[in-house]
Amino acid sequence: MTAILFIEQVLNGLQFGVMLFLMAAGLTLVFGVMGLINLAHGSLYMVGAFAAAAVAGATGSFLLALAAALAASAAAGALVELLVIRRLYDRDHLDQVLATFALILIFSEGTRWVFGSFPLFLDIPDYLSGPVTLPGGIEYPLYRLTIILTGLIIAAGLFWLISRTRLGVRIRAGESDRQMIAALGVDISKLYTVVFALGAALAGLAGAMVGAIQSVQVGMGEPVLILAFVVIVIGGIGSIKGALIGAILVGLTDTLGGLLLPELFKLFMEASAASTTGSALASMLIYILMACVLIWKPQGLFGGQA
Amino acid sequence: MTDPVLTTHGITKSFGAVQASRGISLSLNPGEIHAIIGPNGAGKSTLIAQICGGLAPDAGRVEFLGQDVTPLPTRKRAQLGLARTFQVSALAMEDTVLQNATLGALGARGGPLGLLRNALRDQGLRDKAMTALERVGLAGQASTVTAELSHGQRRQLEVAVALTLSPRAFIMDEPMAGMGTEGSHRMTGFLDELRAEAPILLVEHDMDAVFALADRLSVLVYGEIIATGTVTEIRNNPEVRAAYLGDPA
Amino acid sequence: MSRENLINAALLLGLAMVPLYAWAMDEPFTITLATRVAILALAGVGLNIALGLGGLVSLGHAAFFGVGGYAMGILASHAQSYTPLMEVPFLIEGTKSMPVIWITALAASALAALLIGVLSLRTSGVYFIMITLAFGQMFYFFAISWPAYGGEDGLSIYIRNDFPGLNTLDPIQFFGICFGLLLLALWLNARLARSPFGLALNAARQNAQRVETVGLSPFRLRLAAFVISGAITGLAGALFADLNRFVSPTMFSWQMSGEIMVFIILGGVGRLYGPVAGAALFITLEHFLGGLSEFWHIYLGALLLGVVLFARGGVIGLLAGRKVAHD
Repeated sequence: MTAILFIEQVLNGLQFGVMLFLMAAGLTLVFGVMGLINLAHGSLYMVGAFAAAAVAGATGSFLLALAAALAASAAAGALVELLVIRRLYDRDHLDQVLATFALILIFSEGTRWVFGSFPLFLDIPDYLSGPVTLPGGIEYPLYRLTIILTGLIIAAGLFWLISRTRLGVRIRAGESDRQMIAALGVDISKLYTVVFALGAALAGLAGAMVGAIQSVQVGMGEPVLILAFVVIVIGGIGSIKGALIGAILVGLTDTLGGLLLPELFKLFMEASAASTTGSALASMLIYILMACVLIWKPQGLFGGQA
Repeated sequence: MTDPVLTTHGITKSFGAVQASRGISLSLNPGEIHAIIGPNGAGKSTLIAQICGGLAPDAGRVEFLGQDVTPLPTRKRAQLGLARTFQVSALAMEDTVLQNATLGALGARGGPLGLLRNALRDQGLRDKAMTALERVGLAGQASTVTAELSHGQRRQLEVAVALTLSPRAFIMDEPMAGMGTEGSHRMTGFLDELRAEAPILLVEHDMDAVFALADRLSVLVYGEIIATGTVTEIRNNPEVRAAYLGDPA
Repeated sequence: MSRENLINAALLLGLAMVPLYAWAMDEPFTITLATRVAILALAGVGLNIALGLGGLVSLGHAAFFGVGGYAMGILASHAQSYTPLMEVPFLIEGTKSMPVIWITALAASALAALLIGVLSLRTSGVYFIMITLAFGQMFYFFAISWPAYGGEDGLSIYIRNDFPGLNTLDPIQFFGICFGLLLLALWLNARLARSPFGLALNAARQNAQRVETVGLSPFRLRLAAFVISGAITGLAGALFADLNRFVSPTMFSWQMSGEIMVFIILGGVGRLYGPVAGAALFITLEHFLGGLSEFWHIYLGALLLGVVLFARGGVIGLLAGRKVAHD
């Protein structure tokens, strides 16, 4: 294994991590502010990817496709919040789980109904395709690099939003005391809709960007959703910083585990057994990471009391 | 003199900048009612949580029956015979009164819980639970769902659950709160007799009850015990009058 | 007899009568549907011990369902290929005997539940939901990437396993076995709910502090409930695999976990027979709506949403009215 391969995988891990962050950030905000666990967040990711693929197919413009992804997922998020989610804030977590599970069924089958069962493809635009040479002579796909940068810029934007803007003040107030922000005269139901749509837009954007690397298909959101849960458990609920660090940890662990574990097992096993054992174990690695964090810090790395 | 049942040695606890307990040392002797009084926010609930095991002190020790129980969780302290009643009732609200009392009897019995026997048909458990309910005057409500009890009755049930544990000491957090005059009068009479069974550390706002019951009083202000003594001593203590009863010294 | 008991009895009678009628009419497919109901209801009864009694919202019960399924698949595949599971340090051979497979499935899924429970019960609330979901997914990915037992393609078992004295290839007899185990699990669940353990567990769900102050450990109570719950769901997994004569990683999927939970909510949360009513309704809907539209999950989703938002008591709640207090 060469250093170049290793660095490439680190970058892949980062790319995976920032995408997970976009998912986890919305989930953790929605949980922190509204106390809601939303299983249908993966559906919003899927909505973004399908909107992007449809618009790109019709117009050929990648930028328009991204804009469509943001708009469609934010709109879907706002709609779902208005129709269903707001009835769930005062319910227990079991009801939230079941209602949002029902939403997954509706979203998934609805999408299959509209777009069919075959995967769609979203092409990387010419100006972002092909490799770029990084310092040290490493060639890396420009598109993936763009994803990493976009993700980091959005992370910075979110931190700015939460810590510097009026919306951020309200979000933070909402996390600590719902009565208080109502007393401050903030229209709480509008705030909730905005926060939910914001989280949905982030998920939709992630779906669209990843959709250009993988295929766009029904059911693409839920595996990412579950990984985003792992991220939140590791980072701590309600913490954007925890979500960022957790996401990058999970991204790196998953990518590097798949690369390094089989190599590690080759040191004391014969090659084919090492690669099967190594990759089977690598598939469990992030969950083992989660288990370790649970033993060490049950509330997550940056979590307060749940 | 016999050894105290329960002692705290210099318990200290801070939450950030707030010092909730500043080196609290107190003791509970056999057969006595030791009342803790103090204004709201003086740190009474924090003190009780540290004695019973819900909170770990930053420094200091809790000794129960001559044993250092500071590192033990709530559950182990309960098993040793430390029974607690809560300020805000902590009961299984969907369950009946009898079920709540039976839970106490189960805890007191220790050992493995049965998986297949019917808990409410277990004569030993039932007797113990019913005896406790009778003593607090709730036997008539045995099959009432707890959520339907009045606040005062919930307090009585709290005490009944504590009784089922046959404890060596009671820690009671405002057992009279929410009771009418008659109710707190009856509870006062009941606690008066109960002290012979096991001593009571009593946190209470009802001053009539406190003055009627307490063998000793400790006054807690800003996490510190500013005086301990008999009712008369405390009543005449100028520092207490200034700090707590609001008199100019 | 209360109205709920009447409904429960009618439910069991119906579940027993439908396949008997189908047997008389020679409609084996209907018997298979009823068998599916019995098995999925059993999985739901398992989850209901954690969820209804213990208040533990586990979204990872597919892990136990799958472990049970693979216990069957692994034992039976070795038996059908006449290769031992392992030879060192001692010989373990495959088997086609249902009772042995069941015991293995119970033990293996109990062990899995113990491991997942010890970790996830350190937390509560949303954390617990997310963690159980994640651990379930871990089993799923492991099953996919572990090639020894079919990996993504799963394992086929050519002939259904044996039960002493019965012909398991006869659909009605296999239904009888599954129905019998469901009755046993319902009986166990009813006993547990009234037992000292159930009393304490139920109290821990309502007020953990109370349970601790009487000297009991909520953590241990929940862990025990989680293990019993996982084991029963694992047994259902072994039967499910036997019904299909096939195991695959989809038994571990998060959708499976969700569906098991859906049975409970459709039937009615906190009702002993909720999973039976829920599984029966689910399979009926799947059969009839699935015949009408390829996209029947949309209707299922809408129904589920309606039940959660407007009819918390589920089917049994609608029929039996408000839940009456315990005896």
